[in-house]
Amino acid sequence: MDRRTFLKSSAALAAVGTVAMPYVARAQASGPIKIGVMAPLTGVVAAGGREMVDGFNMYWEERGFQSGGRKVEIVVEDDASNPDTALQKARRLVEQANVDMLFGNLLANTGLAVANYVKGNGMPYFIPIIAADDLTQRNRIKNVIRVAGYTASQFPRPLADWCLKQGYRKVATISQDYTFGHEQCGGFCQTFTEGGGQVLGQFWHPLNTSDFSPYLGQLANLGADVIFCMETGADAARLMQQYASFGLKGQIPLVGAMNVTDQSVIRTMGDEVEGVVVAAHFAEGSDNPRTKEFVAAYGKKFSKLPSLYGFSMYSGAMWIDEALKPLNGATADRAAFLASVMKTDLVNSPLGTTVKLDAFGNPIYDVSIRKVVKNADGKYWNVPIATYPQVSQFWKSPLAFPFAGRLAGIEPRRPAS
Amino acid sequence: MASPAPNPAPDSTALPARDTGMSRLAMGAIALGALAFAVLPLILPTYQVSILTEVLIFAVLAMAVDILAGYTGRTPLCHGAIFGVSTYVVVYWTSQMGGSPYVGVGLGIAAATFVAAIFALLAIRTSGVYFLLLTLALGMIVWGVCLRWTSVTGGENGLRGAVRPAALADGFSFYYAVFAAVAVVAFVMWRFVRSPFGLTLRGIRDSESRMRSLGYNVPAHLFLAFTISGFFAGIAGALYAMFNDFVSPSTVGLSQSVEGLLMAITGGIGTLFGAFIGSFAIIGLENLVSLYTERWQSVLGAMFVLIMIFAPEGILGRIRSFVAQRRR
Repeated sequence: MDRRTFLKSSAALAAVGTVAMPYVARAQASGPIKIGVMAPLTGVVAAGGREMVDGFNMYWEERGFQSGGRKVEIVVEDDASNPDTALQKARRLVEQANVDMLFGNLLANTGLAVANYVKGNGMPYFIPIIAADDLTQRNRIKNVIRVAGYTASQFPRPLADWCLKQGYRKVATISQDYTFGHEQCGGFCQTFTEGGGQVLGQFWHPLNTSDFSPYLGQLANLGADVIFCMETGADAARLMQQYASFGLKGQIPLVGAMNVTDQSVIRTMGDEVEGVVVAAHFAEGSDNPRTKEFVAAYGKKFSKLPSLYGFSMYSGAMWIDEALKPLNGATADRAAFLASVMKTDLVNSPLGTTVKLDAFGNPIYDVSIRKVVKNADGKYWNVPIATYPQVSQFWKSPLAFPFAGRLAGIEPRRPAS
Repeated sequence: MASPAPNPAPDSTALPARDTGMSRLAMGAIALGALAFAVLPLILPTYQVSILTEVLIFAVLAMAVDILAGYTGRTPLCHGAIFGVSTYVVVYWTSQMGGSPYVGVGLGIAAATFVAAIFALLAIRTSGVYFLLLTLALGMIVWGVCLRWTSVTGGENGLRGAVRPAALADGFSFYYAVFAAVAVVAFVMWRFVRSPFGLTLRGIRDSESRMRSLGYNVPAHLFLAFTISGFFAGIAGALYAMFNDFVSPSTVGLSQSVEGLLMAITGGIGTLFGAFIGSFAIIGLENLVSLYTERWQSVLGAMFVLIMIFAPEGILGRIRSFVAQRRR
């Protein structure tokens, strides 16, 4: 009996061994550049995650999976929209798959978890989608760079300025009650009030709110000139639908964070999205030839208009590719690699304008104020109606750090160490 | 014979004959399992070592669940929350207050025990599906607080910091620290469920009314069992804080509670050490299957269905009954 148990156990042990072995030894050094991509392929934001991977792969397919003379190998992992899983996958990519850099993640909490992990080991980590302000501001980590990404509060500021120029003086806001919402709404309100505007009321609702009528009823009666909304995903779709159903569309102009009218939201929607104004770096309806080219290529490949996710990962890949060229693809010296990324200017991206990084690793963009209109194919898309050149994450001052204290509309936060 | 003694007979006589008969075989299996956990890190690369660390930590959570679900007959759905409270306190103490990680671990475990005691007061008056639902609701309260109390918990973004003491910075030494801690905890839990107190809990599981009529203070036993189980979940949570250096609401979420329970069930409810098998099976599969398909959750789901059909008593439970049959 004892011998049998022993045999069984050794068999089990051997099985564990074989399962673990294939990943032990992997080609190193002179092999391909390995890029670990994490995206939420399951969970609440899986649709966006899929587009992230598509956009990223699209770039490398165009370049034949080559950068700086080396082959590029992409290892995709699902972060399941969960920070604990993201952390585990990051560990796997770094410690087992031996990647040269990490890329991606969508939700801020997953990005922050991974950022905290790479803080300890110096692994370069690029975040074209993660917008949490802290990562390139208060708690900057040197090896975390927001290539082709943006900070949450970056674009609502020019939008607020634009609103003031339209003569709007009173705003009411409705936003999702979590950090991404706080930061975007905070950016808007701060610039708006500093410019002489007035915030009449702020509403915060939980994620996945199905019925906006309690909020819309109050919003309608505040007497606001304009309503600012910060929504993502299904909440954005529902808010715009119900805004129209309530008869508010056409009564009070609706402006918002760029996620509200991202293609991932409005792709499936009808007339209720028309005329919503947001600010963003990318507008798929721009007549810039580079943008047109990208939109056409993306449409040909995936038969849809590109969303923020596809665009950002595509451009992020391009940024790294450009940074690797002068190094002949050498990633072993991380400091040199990161320095090269920091001084690379993104010239030929789908934006069609030159983009630089500020000293904190966040890009400075020409920001478009964009409006949703119907295009020639009968689809709704975002078309630029005004441009704010050279907007950094610190609004007009590219290097100063003006928001050390409290942001308007946000409860003061304890600085995370 | 049935005098209302507050302390039941010593455990050797109270144990069913089959249990004592199996103990040598069981001891051998336990020794082998411990040996495997001790030796595997020496041959595995660092990432697998981190997975093993996680396996050990979650095994403690699953054992804590098993104390209630398997030995007391009350299936809880709030242990993820109790676990997470400890994680939150440890991360908060070290990253926001700048305190020592060792004190943090103590505070975390104390906080988890305290939360468990409060939950126990509310939950022990119920049983069956009501207990399940009440503990689920209590767990959701913790989750809600962690999600909404942004100024303290960091909301959705969670808290980050460097919790792990410098001495345990590399994964290898941390693994052995966890291994030692888990070995001690597992031994204590094993003694606990075999103690007169643990046997009383089994009595309550089998027939609450009989234990009551025998003169046992059933609510007090349930309260203590719940609190002690929470204490062990707190230990797991504190270890997890050091493992991840990070905590967010998903750590206290319902899925965490469910995962703990699933591990206990997969290993075998009422087997205690089955938790190691359950934890190993689930975490191992999660990592293995997700290498090959992004539909790994479906694969896990199918596995649970199969286990429930073919081995409802769990993997270790199945092995036990198999061995028992062979011996007959």
